[in-house]
Amino acid sequence: MDFFRQTLVIARKDLRAELRTKEAINASLAFALVILVLFSFAFDPLEEQTREMSGGLLWIVFAFAGTLVLNRSFAREVPNDCLDALVAAPISGAALFMGKALANFLLVISVELVSLPVFGIFYNVHWTSRIWSLLLVLALGTWGLTVIGTIFSALTVNIRLRELMAPLLVYPMLIPVLMSAMQLTMQLIAGKPLGGENEVWLRLMVAFDVIFTALSLVLLETVLVG
Amino acid sequence: MREKLIYGLGTIAAVLLARDLYSIFMQLPDEASQGMIYRIIFFHVPAAITAMLCAGVTLITSVGYLLTKNLKYDAISVAVTEVGLAFLAANLVTGSIWGRIIWGIWWTWDARLTSALVCWLLYAGYLMLRRAIEEPTARARISAVFNIFAFVDVPIVIFSIKWWRTQHPQPVFWGGGSIDPAMYLTAVLNLVALILLAVVLALIRLRQEEVQREIDSLRRYAHAV
Amino acid sequence: MSAVAAEGVWKFYGDYPALRDVILHADPGACLALIGRNGAGKTTLLRIIGGFSKAGRGQVRIFGNDPRETETRRRVGWIGHGISVYDELSALENLTLFGRLYNLPDPHKSAMEWLERTGLDRVKDGLVREFSRGMRQRLAVARAFLHQPSVLLLDEPFTALDDRAIAVLQRLLREALAEGRTVVMSTHQLREALELATHVALLNRGKVAFHGERTAQMVADPGWVYAHYDEA
Repeated sequence: MDFFRQTLVIARKDLRAELRTKEAINASLAFALVILVLFSFAFDPLEEQTREMSGGLLWIVFAFAGTLVLNRSFAREVPNDCLDALVAAPISGAALFMGKALANFLLVISVELVSLPVFGIFYNVHWTSRIWSLLLVLALGTWGLTVIGTIFSALTVNIRLRELMAPLLVYPMLIPVLMSAMQLTMQLIAGKPLGGENEVWLRLMVAFDVIFTALSLVLLETVLVG
Repeated sequence: MREKLIYGLGTIAAVLLARDLYSIFMQLPDEASQGMIYRIIFFHVPAAITAMLCAGVTLITSVGYLLTKNLKYDAISVAVTEVGLAFLAANLVTGSIWGRIIWGIWWTWDARLTSALVCWLLYAGYLMLRRAIEEPTARARISAVFNIFAFVDVPIVIFSIKWWRTQHPQPVFWGGGSIDPAMYLTAVLNLVALILLAVVLALIRLRQEEVQREIDSLRRYAHAV
Repeated sequence: MSAVAAEGVWKFYGDYPALRDVILHADPGACLALIGRNGAGKTTLLRIIGGFSKAGRGQVRIFGNDPRETETRRRVGWIGHGISVYDELSALENLTLFGRLYNLPDPHKSAMEWLERTGLDRVKDGLVREFSRGMRQRLAVARAFLHQPSVLLLDEPFTALDDRAIAVLQRLLREALAEGRTVVMSTHQLREALELATHVALLNRGKVAFHGERTAQMVADPGWVYAHYDEA
């Protein structure tokens, strides 16, 4: 189908452009590592309590580092007026959004997958006990982060102080999905399984992802053209 | 016409508020466990309800703008959002004061206060976004889309924070319980008064927004000549 | 049916009308030169025709259809102020990308063909950010022509072009017009534009002050239209 084909064309283009320069992904990774180090000064990594809240810390790292990548999403189309070419091309706003979101998702999750072992080492946390559930939570949480980050990157693409505005707007929106991811991550790292009491967080993440993906697919064209 | 509306509604609001203040301070007795400070509820809760109504109105006007491209809807959106934000801030402040008196702390991450704070941040973002866009048509469109996202997020935020607090309980502000019928009338009348006040403030702000738009276009004319 | 038609188009920025009741058309095979001072509304109008923004009132039609429809977009080529190609990709990668976006049957082949036609085949694997200005502009032209659009919209295409790029663009436009394609271009460079134009439209503060065929007199004296129809 045209939609899937166009989505892949856009996603490949974004990935190729980013991987060639690696600007955003390097900055994001460096930022993640720096925050992890800084947190170790704020909280003593040896304390049992720190290990308990490490799940929450992890998602703060992911949110901040991820935003670096996500802001670039539409900002990279501004030099040379490439955004004009994309708007003029015969692709749907939904395909443009999905392609960029897909590329962003892959970039952000690769930063997270590198940060995860580093986090485990720095904070002496065993995160592998429920690895598949953890990866599921990682995927759902990152998708929520990606969707909001991508659509807000489009919203702020032409405005003054874009770099300042986008994070300011994005973080309050992300509170539900970040909170869910933090809760679940803390539980999983502590060895508890998904399901039972935790299930509501999982459902919340899925609902968040579905609702805002749908909203973004529908509204991207309005944001870019009117 | 609008002037008369402003004065008319303002007068009704003032009368209601005067009646309520009299009732609150002179007639109603102190509450059993809380003493004087419980009277703040007559403003705390209606402020929140008014703010929620404002959010609903701005959603409708934002969608209205996107459908009709009439900037009148955009002007109402910003006016009502600002007023709603003010009432939400009043809700936060009264809640904080109540907490200080009853619990001795200025803030606790109670579900309702936290939700109110996050919603405040969301809609404050709307105003900041508008500041960053100069061209009126783009500003209206972008902020309308943002408003839709913010409004959809509000129930999700409220639910998630409520569930978070169910799992990690903290001191709860405003325990449940029923309201004495005598207090009920005053509470409802105060709600009406605050809503009228909100409408009056929004109308004033709306006029200011329209004048601003006229000035902007006159400025463009001047530059073009 | 006109290839491009503006039917009573108004565009507002806030309450300020940037375009006022613009009525214009270009028939298939015509080359319409849109002239006017800075701020007259040429770019605004062109961007509405190209589907980048929407008219406040009235409408634009390309072959009778809305510019935003997918099929219409497939038939339109755009050259704006920017080159609209990616610095981090090579010339070939850029054109292949756009070939795929426009759903061409053989994007690679079309890309190679247009690299040759714009004299960029030797640098096809070079990254665009390493290109000279003229090379970047020629690549922009290749990108616009790649999918064989029926309508070409050009916003001040000759501005900031070097001589070689101007020659390439003029040659390609002449060929396109000979093939029956339609061109609408806004311009300050009257001489180059009037050589190609079949029709001329003058915009003055958002209104159409003149719309008619290009005459020999205009070519001889490019300022003629301004002198006769432009208000101070």
